[in-house]
Amino acid sequence: MRLINRRPAPGVARLLALVPFVLVMVAYLIGSGIRLSENPSDKLLPSFASFAAAIDRMAFQVDQRTGDILLLVDTEASLYRLFAALAIAVAIGLVLGIVIGLLPYFRAGLGSFVAVVSMVPPLALLPILFITMGLGEASKIALIVIGVAPCLVRDVALRVGDLPPQQSIKAQTLGASTWQIVLRVVLPQTLPRLIDSLRLQIGPAWLFLIAAEAIASESGLGYRIFLVRRYLAMDVILPYVAWITLLAFLMDRALAILQRRAFPWFEAARASG
Amino acid sequence: MNAISVKDVWKEYDGRVILENINLEIAPRAFVALVGPSGCGKTTFLRMLLSEERPDRGSITIARQPLPAEPGADRGVVFQRYSVFPHLTVLGNVVLGLELKAAPLLGRLFGSSRRAAEDEARGMLAAVGLAGSEEKYPAQLSGGMQQRLALAQALIAKPKVLLLDEPFGALDPGIRAEIHVLMQKLWHERPLTVVMVTHDLSEAFSLGTRVIAFERRRNEPSDGGRYGATITRDFAVWPKRIAGEPRPPKKKSMPGRDDPVPLTGPLRDDPALQGDAP
Repeated sequence: MRLINRRPAPGVARLLALVPFVLVMVAYLIGSGIRLSENPSDKLLPSFASFAAAIDRMAFQVDQRTGDILLLVDTEASLYRLFAALAIAVAIGLVLGIVIGLLPYFRAGLGSFVAVVSMVPPLALLPILFITMGLGEASKIALIVIGVAPCLVRDVALRVGDLPPQQSIKAQTLGASTWQIVLRVVLPQTLPRLIDSLRLQIGPAWLFLIAAEAIASESGLGYRIFLVRRYLAMDVILPYVAWITLLAFLMDRALAILQRRAFPWFEAARASG
Repeated sequence: MNAISVKDVWKEYDGRVILENINLEIAPRAFVALVGPSGCGKTTFLRMLLSEERPDRGSITIARQPLPAEPGADRGVVFQRYSVFPHLTVLGNVVLGLELKAAPLLGRLFGSSRRAAEDEARGMLAAVGLAGSEEKYPAQLSGGMQQRLALAQALIAKPKVLLLDEPFGALDPGIRAEIHVLMQKLWHERPLTVVMVTHDLSEAFSLGTRVIAFERRRNEPSDGGRYGATITRDFAVWPKRIAGEPRPPKKKSMPGRDDPVPLTGPLRDDPALQGDAP
């Protein structure tokens, strides 16, 4: 049988999904074992026991200097910035995207402007943000918004433009005004597609968050990683990276579930579209 | 009433003449079928009746009023595809027309006015044979049922003119014959002038009161696109169909391939056809 026609059984498929994770783990254990046998105080590839100790110290013990549980405080600070920024970016993306995608005057006026703005590297703007908005929360949130919103705007505008023109004609023959078309035809069909593009923007959003926290911050997951880097504390950095990955992965899954639950028509409509 | 008058209409795209010198008077309550080869501009003509396109020359009036500059509730439409909204249920698709009319700000009705609108929509859905499918989404319906829904959705807005753009072209012959019966019934019952674009001649003659053929009189490569299509044939269907006076069906021993299924007996599965045959 040709390779393209061979399919794994469901159980085998689940097992295969685990294989790369196990392989990475095993490779790490071997490397760590070799280095630690040569030098027991090696810091680059710490053993699982020192990970457990670091996780216990960061996530379950109160920090002696501040009186807080550090992982909790860092996570709170980072998620606040991330969610605030994503909420602002989604609002901008929806409003500008629908307006540009639906109204020819706004497409003519704003379309190329947004296309150019989305090409500005957001990190190059970070010094400007720090200068104008200070080193507080505002500049970090602004960086994420600047990084994410233009992509959302362009994607929403494209999706609105992809709606079959027959729908707009049909709505008009039912007597709909522009506002009613936005409210009853365009917006409900844009929201599930917006979730798709938001899922793709979660990665960049974390990138900008950690970059901003690394440069100037007093709390946050990115701040912590860059702080303990000075002590080569791989036993803290690697669990933090795993934690950030897990958070991002959970956000992605939550959005996928939200899309399925809130828009039950979308899957079938996309398949038959 | 809702007569359509087309005077000396021309349409060009990029220097190519699509339609030339179209003159047409459509009587109120007529059922006009437009036929012609692909690319002869019959859909362009329909789009002009919809105000989706404007004629380059000439004028179109409905009930002696010039055509509005944009589509409106006076002209309903059913396309071959994408006529219904995928994000609304069957009931929601039909209620939408009533909601848009009654609630300019939110486009939604609540409470007792919503229930009244739903009752009206259910009546319309029963009339097209979709009773029992109210809570489904369009993607869960077959092609024929989607077109029934599109008809119900268009008719709930009570248009004077119904424009059909190859509405049944994608359906299987049996399904198409059933929906033809429904289309005739709806046309007899409601004060509609219908203009239908089709490439199926038998459909044109089995539904229309008048069949009009568009054709290019000259179509040579050397013409440079300077000759458009115009009306070359104009048949009144005989025996005459008169709106509101359905003819009894012909007695035949065996139905033909494209005929409706027999109205009695085990094959009758169309809940829209209750009572006498149209």
